[in-house]
Amino acid sequence: MSETETREKIRTMILDSFLNGGAPTTLKDDISLERSHIVDSVKTLELIMFLEETYGFTVDNDDAVPENFDTVNAIVAYVERKRGA
Amino acid sequence: MRVSQVTLLHEYMSRSAAAHPEKTALVFKKQRFTWGEVEAQVGRIANALKVLGLARGDRVALHLDNSPELALGLFAAMAADGIFVVVNAQTKTDKLAYVLNDCRARVLITDRILESNYTPALAEAKHLEHALIVDLGDGATKVGTVTCHDYATTIAAASPEWPAAKRIPSDLAAIIYTSGSTGDPKGVMLTHHNMVSAAESITTYLENKPDDIVLCVLPLSFDYGLYQWLMVNQFGGTLVLEQSFNYPAAILKVIETEKVTGLPVVPTIASILRQWEEKGARLENIRYVTNTAAALSLTHIETLKRLCPNARLFSMYGLTECKRVCYLPPSLLDKKPLSVGVPMPNMEVFVVGPDGKELPPDEVGELVVRGPHVMRGYWEKPEITAEWLKPSPHIPNEMWLWTGDQFKRDADGHLYFVGRKDDIIKTRGEKVAPKEVENAVYAMPGVQDAAVVGQRDDVLGQAIRVFLVLTEGTTYTAKDVIQYCQSRLEPFMVPKYVTFVSSVPKTPSGRITKKNIWDHSIGARVGGDEL
Repeated sequence: MSETETREKIRTMILDSFLNGGAPTTLKDDISLERSHIVDSVKTLELIMFLEETYGFTVDNDDAVPENFDTVNAIVAYVERKRGA
Repeated sequence: MRVSQVTLLHEYMSRSAAAHPEKTALVFKKQRFTWGEVEAQVGRIANALKVLGLARGDRVALHLDNSPELALGLFAAMAADGIFVVVNAQTKTDKLAYVLNDCRARVLITDRILESNYTPALAEAKHLEHALIVDLGDGATKVGTVTCHDYATTIAAASPEWPAAKRIPSDLAAIIYTSGSTGDPKGVMLTHHNMVSAAESITTYLENKPDDIVLCVLPLSFDYGLYQWLMVNQFGGTLVLEQSFNYPAAILKVIETEKVTGLPVVPTIASILRQWEEKGARLENIRYVTNTAAALSLTHIETLKRLCPNARLFSMYGLTECKRVCYLPPSLLDKKPLSVGVPMPNMEVFVVGPDGKELPPDEVGELVVRGPHVMRGYWEKPEITAEWLKPSPHIPNEMWLWTGDQFKRDADGHLYFVGRKDDIIKTRGEKVAPKEVENAVYAMPGVQDAAVVGQRDDVLGQAIRVFLVLTEGTTYTAKDVIQYCQSRLEPFMVPKYVTFVSSVPKTPSGRITKKNIWDHSIGARVGGDEL
């Protein structure tokens, strides 16, 4: 799966599950998901579980930090790193 | 009891700034502020508010996430002789507009990242004149009749000297909105005297010292979060402020690097911390842990004791209407882990029967509270106020708070929370009126009956379940209902479970009754989440 496909999959999940199926323009790839209230603690866990199920890796507790999950860009980079590892 | 020279709440800040201007007052992510810096910044914001025309007693609403702008803005509202009203950043447009109109806020301080939420509310806010907006950028703009100003530009031009205070301790310092059983949020009116008294009592039993470093992951819109900052001002300590507890691993790292000594939690946080404790995490610097909002289970207590081996653990109970009622002295935790202890210093409580007479030990009655921290009432809601504040039978003009909480006392006088008289749900540490959730659900086309109840949940304290009867021809999935609620309610109010039923139990007069709803629903369930 290419980076573009990864990005699309993550964006679709966030748009469908957290933004009521909102239009793609409502989600910018560099916006803080926490500060814009797209995620809260429960949704952060849902997002992590989605990544684990979709890509078959485990997210360590220590990896669950804003640097890896607070923007679409950060999530894509994290997934790519994990898949490349 | 320590004697305080402070009579106005915001004077705590100037006192701490005078005592140690170079000491760190506030840490937020990569930003650090000394007491001298917070005092100067509060002066600038206060003077900017004055320039915008804020007069004595005017309300300043702060619709912001935990941030320096929020922590300093609420002090600035007081320093400019105003009253601060913190509105949770997760509050949706309708409720934000309701609060702005209900308290007739004159100025709003908010952040551009919340633009899609506040813009429609500004158009509906009839009394609002100005909005100070973080990251708005250059130039003033107008939304309806509200003039919007860039926060940084506006305050940069203002003087750091605090304006001369014209207020006295019996003036209102804050209005804190709380969920009401009728569905409309109610504004709890608190004077400077109320809040100073509560802060003094709590810091007395926690034995706070200027070298305490307190972590706050709870929203400052919630009085438990707010008081962490107020109390740090009182004893001149340091507050490490975080926006949320979304990333526990990052927070644990902050606790270590900042050498945090005070850790306030709610049961949901204790529950999340358990997996770190089980993996061997230890927070050696923590001197005390506090818990309120709902009782900790014995498992949570054991987890916190192992996680923070040097900490004293305080189980507490309170309500916004008087901030705090009681705390369990840590020495009693092993002996009486389920008690919420004794009244805090400076106040008195009674457990009374329906006739208002005090009950003997072990009998369950309503908790009544008296003391200097009891609110002045609900903002412009005299009828509801009269249900909660009733005259003392002994002292003219003294009002006692009837909490609606069912309590008992044991033979030693220690207090136990038994339950609520009304049907308020406590989830993730927040109070939720079922009516407010039902109102949102009823706005969905095709919803005939809705009944919202709380059920025990290890992580949330209580989880919200909605029972729904749909009109013929309407079909929804549980996910549809949850997504709809997410668009209209703060996250903590959104139901976790949705159960579709063919009917809900009703009284002969046709009113929904929740008394037998579980038994009734076993036979009436037609879809959605299992019971």
